[in-house]
Formats: sequence, C-alpha cells, structure tokens
Amino acid sequence: MHGAHSHNYLNHEKGLWSWLTTLDHKRIGILYMISVFIFFFIGGIFAMLIRWELFNSGSSDPAMYNQYMTFHGAIMVFMVIIPGIPAFLGNFFLPLQIGAADVAFPRLNLLSWYCLMVGAAVAFFSLFASGADTGWTFYTPYSIQTDTGTIWLVTGAFIMGFSSILTGLNFIVTTHKLRAPGMTFWKMPLFVWSLYSTAILQVLATPVLGITLLLLVAERILGIGIFDPRLGGDPVLFQHFFWFYSHPAVYIMILPAMGIVSELISTYSRKTIFGYKAIALSSVGIAAVSFFVWGHHMFVSGQSEIAGIIFSFITMLVGVPTAIKTFNWVATLYKGSIRFDTPLLYALGFIFLFTIGGVTGIILATIGTNVHFHDTYFVVAHFHYVMVGGTLMAIMGGVYHWFPKMFGRIVDDGMARITFVLIFVGFNVTFFPQFVLGAMGMPRRYADYPVAYEALNKISSIGSWTIGLGFLFALFVIIHALKRGEKAGDNPWGAMTLEWQTSSPPPHENFKKQPVVTAGPYEYR
Amino acid sequence: MSIAKTHQHAHHFQSAEHQFESAKLGLWVFLSTEILMFGGLFVGFFIFHGIYPEMFKEGSTFLDWRLGAVNTVVLLLSSFTIATSVYHAQKGNQKAVVWNLAATIVLGSVFMIIKYIEYSSKIEAGLLPGQMFSYEAAESANLALYFSFYFTMTGLHGLHVLIGMGLMAWVLMRALKGEFGPGYYTPIEGVALFWHLVDLVWIYLFPLLYLVE
Repeated sequence: MHGAHSHNYLNHEKGLWSWLTTLDHKRIGILYMISVFIFFFIGGIFAMLIRWELFNSGSSDPAMYNQYMTFHGAIMVFMVIIPGIPAFLGNFFLPLQIGAADVAFPRLNLLSWYCLMVGAAVAFFSLFASGADTGWTFYTPYSIQTDTGTIWLVTGAFIMGFSSILTGLNFIVTTHKLRAPGMTFWKMPLFVWSLYSTAILQVLATPVLGITLLLLVAERILGIGIFDPRLGGDPVLFQHFFWFYSHPAVYIMILPAMGIVSELISTYSRKTIFGYKAIALSSVGIAAVSFFVWGHHMFVSGQSEIAGIIFSFITMLVGVPTAIKTFNWVATLYKGSIRFDTPLLYALGFIFLFTIGGVTGIILATIGTNVHFHDTYFVVAHFHYVMVGGTLMAIMGGVYHWFPKMFGRIVDDGMARITFVLIFVGFNVTFFPQFVLGAMGMPRRYADYPVAYEALNKISSIGSWTIGLGFLFALFVIIHALKRGEKAGDNPWGAMTLEWQTSSPPPHENFKKQPVVTAGPYEYR
Repeated sequence: MSIAKTHQHAHHFQSAEHQFESAKLGLWVFLSTEILMFGGLFVGFFIFHGIYPEMFKEGSTFLDWRLGAVNTVVLLLSSFTIATSVYHAQKGNQKAVVWNLAATIVLGSVFMIIKYIEYSSKIEAGLLPGQMFSYEAAESANLALYFSFYFTMTGLHGLHVLIGMGLMAWVLMRALKGEFGPGYYTPIEGVALFWHLVDLVWIYLFPLLYLVE
C-alpha cells in the first residue's frame, strides 16, 4: 500500500483536458468505461420502454415501439457490448498483463475512442431526424424505404467500426511485439489470448460491415441498386454481407468475456487453470469457425438447402470449443480452494446462463427446429442469454475483480453480492419466459400480441425492472466504492498475473521496473 | 535492418528498431482490413457477374480498355518510383527520396486525370449507377447495375489514390525538412506499402471491369 499521495496514473496529470488528450492506455480505458456506462444506461432505458409497451396486450404507439427496439439493439450492440470488454477492460489490462508500458500505438488508441464518440454522436443524431425503425440489422428493402433517419444510425455504426478496427489492430501488434521478457505465447494470461482472438475478428470482419453499410448509404442516397431487386439487385445479398460481419461480431462480444471468466475461475478457486492450452486455442478456434456460420441467420431467407445444411453443421461445430472451455472451467473449480467473492459469483452466473444460451443456440442451429423458432421470442431469449447472461455478467465480474487495481479501493462485497442476486434473478425472470413465449409462437419485434401471451409477458417485464434495479444499485456500489471504499492493497485477491505485481492504482509507466516473466499466469499450486 | 540511433523512440518500445518493426506489423494488419473491405465489393461483383454474364459483357464494351491499360502502366510505374524512394531513404540519398516521391505524386495525378476523362464520358452518356442511369440504347436489362459496380469500385479505389497522394505530399514535406535517413524512414515505408496495395487493387479491377470478354 502506498498511501494517498502515491504517484499513479490518476494523479499523473490533472484536469479534463489532460484526460481528453491522454495517450495513457489506462486513462483511455477509463474514458471507454465512462462512455460505455452512459451508453448502457441509455440502451437500458430503451429496454425498459420496450418492456413497458409489452406489459399489456394492445399497443399505444407501434411506430414508437419500433424506435425503442431499434435504438435498444443498436446502442447495446455497437456502443456497449462490442467496445465493452476489449476497449474498456482490455485497454486497461492487456498491457499490464503482458508487462508492457502501453499499447503499441497510443495515438491510434485515443483516436479509436474519438471514432466511437463521433460515431455515437452521428447515430444519436438520428433521434432528432425522426428516429430509426429498422431494428439494429438495417435489413433492406425496408432500410431503403423507411422515411425515418435510419441512415444516420447506419452512418454512425460505420464510423464506430473504425473504433473497433483500431482497437483490434493495436491489440494484435501489442500482443506480438510488447510482451515482457520471458512471456512466451504459452505464458500469456487467458484474457490476453481471448483479446487476441477478438482482435483478429475485429480486424477481419469489421471492414466487411464497413463496405456493407457504405453500400447501404449509397443505396439510400444515390439508389445504386445493388440491394434493390427493381434494379436487378438482391436484398438477400445485404443479409449475407451483414451477417458475415455480425456473426463474427457475436464472438467479438463473447470471447473476451470468456477470457475474463478464465481469470476469475482460476483466481478465486486458487488453482491452476485446467487445460490452459485447450482454453487458449479454443478461443482461436471459435474465432476461426465464426467466419463460416453466418448463413444460420438466413435459413428462411431463400438460401439454398445445401447451403443451409452446411451452415447448420458448421454452426454446431462452434459448440465444441465452447464446451471445451466450459468443461475446463468446471474442472478448474473441482477441488479448488474456492472463495465466493462477488467476481466468482458473476463467473459462475456466466457459466450457468451462457450454457443455457449456448445449448439453445444448438437448437436454433438445427434447420428443422429453426424454422419453427425463427424470428420468435425463442431467438430473443437465446441471444440475451448469450450477450447479457454471458458478456454483461463477465463485465460485471471483471469490474469487481479489477476495481481495486483500477482505483486502488475495495468494493463493498456485501452490497456487490446484492447486485448479483438482483441481476441474476431478474435476468432469468425476464428471459426464461421468452423461451416459452417463442415456443408458443410469439414473433419478435412486434409492438403487440394476443391476450394469450399476456401473463408471461407481464412476468418478463417485472423481471426487467429487477435487472434495471440491479444495475442502478451496481452503479451506486461503484460510486460508493470510489468515494468511501477501503484502500486496496496491490494484490487483494492474491492473483498471479502481472497486473497485480504493480501498485494499485498503477503508476503512469505501469511498472517501476520492467517485469521479467519466469512462471505461468496461474501457478497457484 | 539496422537503424541508426538518431531517431527518438517512444517510451514503451525498447529501441527505434523495435518501434519500426511494430509499426510495420501494424501497417500489414491495416492493409488486411483494406483487402477485406475491397473483398466485399469483389464478392458482390462476382455474384452479379454470375447472374448476368451477358449484361456485364455489354457493360464492359462501354469502357475504353486502352485508357485502362495506360492507367495500369501509370500505377505500376508509380509503385516502382515509390519503392525507389524507400530504397534511397535507406541509403540516405536525400534528393533521390524527394524526386521519387514527387514523381509518384505526378503519376498518381495522371491516373486521376485519365479517370476524370473516363468518368466524364460515362456521365455524359448517362451510363450511371442504378436509378441515375439514363442511357437509352442498352441491350441487356439491368445494365445500370454494371455501372453501380463500376463507379463504386473505381470510386472507392480513386478515393484511395487521392488519400495516398495526400499522404505522399505529407511525407514529401517531411523529407524536404530532412527528417528521414537510414535511421528513420517508417512513414515512407508505410505510405509505400499503402500505395502498393492501391496499385494491387487496380491490377484486379482492370481486367475485371475492362476485359470481361
């Protein structure tokens, strides 16, 4: 412990301007944290509005509902979950975990944050240009015909893509070139492995989204006809292009979450991670397979049957590396000296919810069942179990785990546990009924439904308020810890990875002395 | 590759050479994003070429392959001059660096002027993308789609040529101030790599668009 006057990255420079022009990866990580939290709050408000509308059968304003749904999806995907782990926690901890003084290109790192800000501003501008109502997928032909300001949202997503690409590029080079002496690839923490796999996806998939959205903008403004059947174009091509990015993007969202879970499971069971190499390589495996599964979004879009069968098969292959990870986490817990601190609760929550999300994914990958469940609430429940039950759980676990390192203070564990209970219970109450609704045939994205679906929708809406309460309380817990939290030691959890070897909060230059790595990241016993 | 100690390296690198190698890796990663972006357009091109082979054939007859060929030679030459510029930077021949960069910018301008001539004739004839298409003697249906691809692909490529020329002007200014030498020439190397990619994309665009038959 270094006392209140220790020199660290937070007091290295003072003033708002020093933050807005900072090249320090830790400060940029914090900038991302603040912006992602704000976007999450806004996206959350839209989620509440959706559930408010769906509380009763009958609809007051279907056009408004379409807007809520579109903004909820677009904000949560492009502004929260995609930058959420890599650009926030990854930015802060990738260099620390590999013993580097910064990322390879600090200026690009800051530029990436500004790309997100400008993109978000352009996207939000659509709110003032009569909104957007296509859903976050911007499917043609509706996205070309709608007279709302959807095109601003599309342009915003295009600009935010640069943010993602720059982060990925930075992480690839940083991982290759800036590892501390002695840190071979097989000695890297699993969070780094997962960020590296994610970075490959960000770099290779995002440009395809870029060109797709660019073509959509050109289609909308100039009417070039590539997606317009009246001019000989093909709207299904848009779906192919879109999912060629957006399916790998699902793994941009989940891979780093899996990395965090690996860290948490090993740290809080005080045991060497089981199957280190298998977990590391399964990240790369998921990244590789993810490029060849996009067609499973299009089983009913007029895709050829043989293509459907191939996509269905490859999609199921994703289950293999994913299961490898899950089994290895469980095997790590086995006979470990488990400490049920809040981060571990979130990690276990992740395993539980993500398994449900993953297994229902296999159901959806099966063509026959997919036809029944296609575009129903079953799909909505499935991907919320993956994205919220998976990614957001991991973010929360990661925030509580690394909070002492980032701010030098301890989060009140009792209160943090309450956030877990509220979010975990609220989440299941919200989304489990949606599996049932989907199986009963309730289509997604509609503002209204027959009375027969009302009871389950009411339960779902009540659950959503519980989640909302949980996250608001989590915000309070974090602010409370920032103001009143006890001073944290350098290594409150007794973890082995490099970020715990430096002071809390870390100094501007990360390490007083260049660390030299001799042991693996999880050699607890 | 040995790098003299004249150039200051950033605090998180061990040496100027370490920084140079990292910058180069970053550039290659960036180039892969460019390839994926153009790749999307190429895939779209091949799909529609497969659907409407006759229409694409007709479309290509409106392009003057001689102008395309001249532009191919111009870009290949420019790739040579910028590679020469990098070579001279490594050797420390200040003047040759500047002259070769200038020559590359001139060649880039020639490319854009020829492109301008081509574009104007298409626009005059009403051979435009999608809805704006107003040419009346088209034989195949959906001929507009060919010009959608023609203008998007060459337009995006042309934008890259302009960006490349801008980058070269920036590097040229720095070269005039004598900032580069055997110890530090990362920006020239980077711009050269980018320019080679721009050249390479054209190498594919030329036969695909102009030489369909």
